[in-house]
Amino acid sequence: MTETVVIVGGGQAGAQAAVSLRQEGFAGRVVLIGDEPVLPYQRPPLSKTFLAGELAKERLFVKPAAFYEKVNIEHILGETVSAIDSSQQLVSLSSGQTLHYDHLILATGGRVRQLDCPGASHPQVHYLRTLADVEAMQDKFTAGARLVVIGGGYVGLETAAVAVKHGLKVTLLVARPTPLGRVTSPEVGKFFVDVHRQAGVTLCCNTGVESIEDDAGDGLVAALVTDSGYRVLADMVVVGIGLLPNIELAESVGVACDDGILVDEYGRTSVDNIYAAGDCANHPNPIYQRRLRLESVQNAVDQGKAVAATICGKDKPYAQVPWFWSDQYDLKLQTAGINSGYDQTVVRGEISSRSFAVFYLREGRLLAVDAINRPAEFVVARNILSKGLGVCAERLQDESIPAKALADLPAADEADSLTTENTAPKGAQASTQSGVQKTPQSNAVEHDRVA
Amino acid sequence: MIKVNYIESDGTHREVEVEEGVNLMDAALDNLVPGIDGDCGGVCACATCHVHVDPAWIDKIAPMDATEDAMLELTDDRDESSRLCCQLKASPELDGIIVRTPAGQH
Repeated sequence: MTETVVIVGGGQAGAQAAVSLRQEGFAGRVVLIGDEPVLPYQRPPLSKTFLAGELAKERLFVKPAAFYEKVNIEHILGETVSAIDSSQQLVSLSSGQTLHYDHLILATGGRVRQLDCPGASHPQVHYLRTLADVEAMQDKFTAGARLVVIGGGYVGLETAAVAVKHGLKVTLLVARPTPLGRVTSPEVGKFFVDVHRQAGVTLCCNTGVESIEDDAGDGLVAALVTDSGYRVLADMVVVGIGLLPNIELAESVGVACDDGILVDEYGRTSVDNIYAAGDCANHPNPIYQRRLRLESVQNAVDQGKAVAATICGKDKPYAQVPWFWSDQYDLKLQTAGINSGYDQTVVRGEISSRSFAVFYLREGRLLAVDAINRPAEFVVARNILSKGLGVCAERLQDESIPAKALADLPAADEADSLTTENTAPKGAQASTQSGVQKTPQSNAVEHDRVA
Repeated sequence: MIKVNYIESDGTHREVEVEEGVNLMDAALDNLVPGIDGDCGGVCACATCHVHVDPAWIDKIAPMDATEDAMLELTDDRDESSRLCCQLKASPELDGIIVRTPAGQH
């Protein structure tokens, strides 16, 4: 009997799951349903090279149309799933069509968090999540235009960088004391403040928006009133204040959710034959010994692969070091790991040189790195994190030691502690005392290309 | 158009025609060459488009930068012929180039 996998969501995770099902040998029917009217595409370039006009639209697509045909992946685009019946294993589409599934993958992603101040629906207010969002703002992306960006996350910073390079007059409003406050440290945030100011962005931290007025009554110019009492005029406003996971469909069939759709390491939800992957999914991460919901390409791709493998009866649990990147000006920020809970930072290199790495440690163990124009430090940190290796703060800082060698602790200094002998962390006993809860050997993560 | 030869680990050989300036990762995706993922979209951030360049062509390709050199460390079977093909742009000097996709890259 032919089995059918229905994938709800046509983003990176959904596309990867479809492709990986075929790579894993799934011979049944694969149907990908996307609410956007286009084939799955990559979102990272939307606030980078695509916004800058440096990348052709056809280069955004995860795979060309011919690929789906060749490997027999059906796609239904521009339609939403209106309901799931988990007892009958049916999904209903907005068109009225129903589809039976044997396995259902929820790759529903997220939607932008909206401003909720008075005037937030002003016609010049834009959000940046989809291809259509960017296409709608590109006409106004002209030299001399006044742009106000609200939000100091990746999307806000990248948008500001592209805009100021294009000659727009850019004001960036950041609610926290520094940008990237949720994911990085004050040192790195402060560095990006300086970078953007030097590039010509007017950047205000600790600044929220109280209301948005229409400046002249014609809808053409927005006037933002900040909580510090300023009034800033904008021909265009771009808001990047985060993402909300799309969990409503899951909840409607009783799938357990808590900051995303809860899945196990195989991508299975609490309801039989329903799986989740990507931005919408909240997974148990063995490296950090806690649940994580990640919004990244790496997570979408790797979870998509894990779910596909599970459906094909293969044992490939998801256990990866999270990684992220951001391109701004001449800078490539590469982050490996999650720094949450760090009690020490170690800076390698001079921040003023625009090439440095900040390592985050907790109780002496590495949690994460932010590498700015330091790809070798990013790579070695991924290696250290995935193998659960020990580190030594003095060595991390010492530039006379090549980055590559930071994963090797010298045999001499080690009696005291650090689990130098290879990959398997010390399991239970380390996890009781260490802030970085280490995973038992059976879950140890092999060094892997993450792809 | 520039001819690019992709050889898979099982010996499957594909010759594809690539427009000048297009990188060999995009060209592989466009032509459904398996074994090249390009998860990051070609910005040298993921190391999923690793290829081994045929020795006869090594000297004709542009040298790698520090980012590519570092990212290649994430691949399993790096050697002196290793490159990330998102960083290799088709040009007349590369007409006929041969690259091999590694076994493990799926």
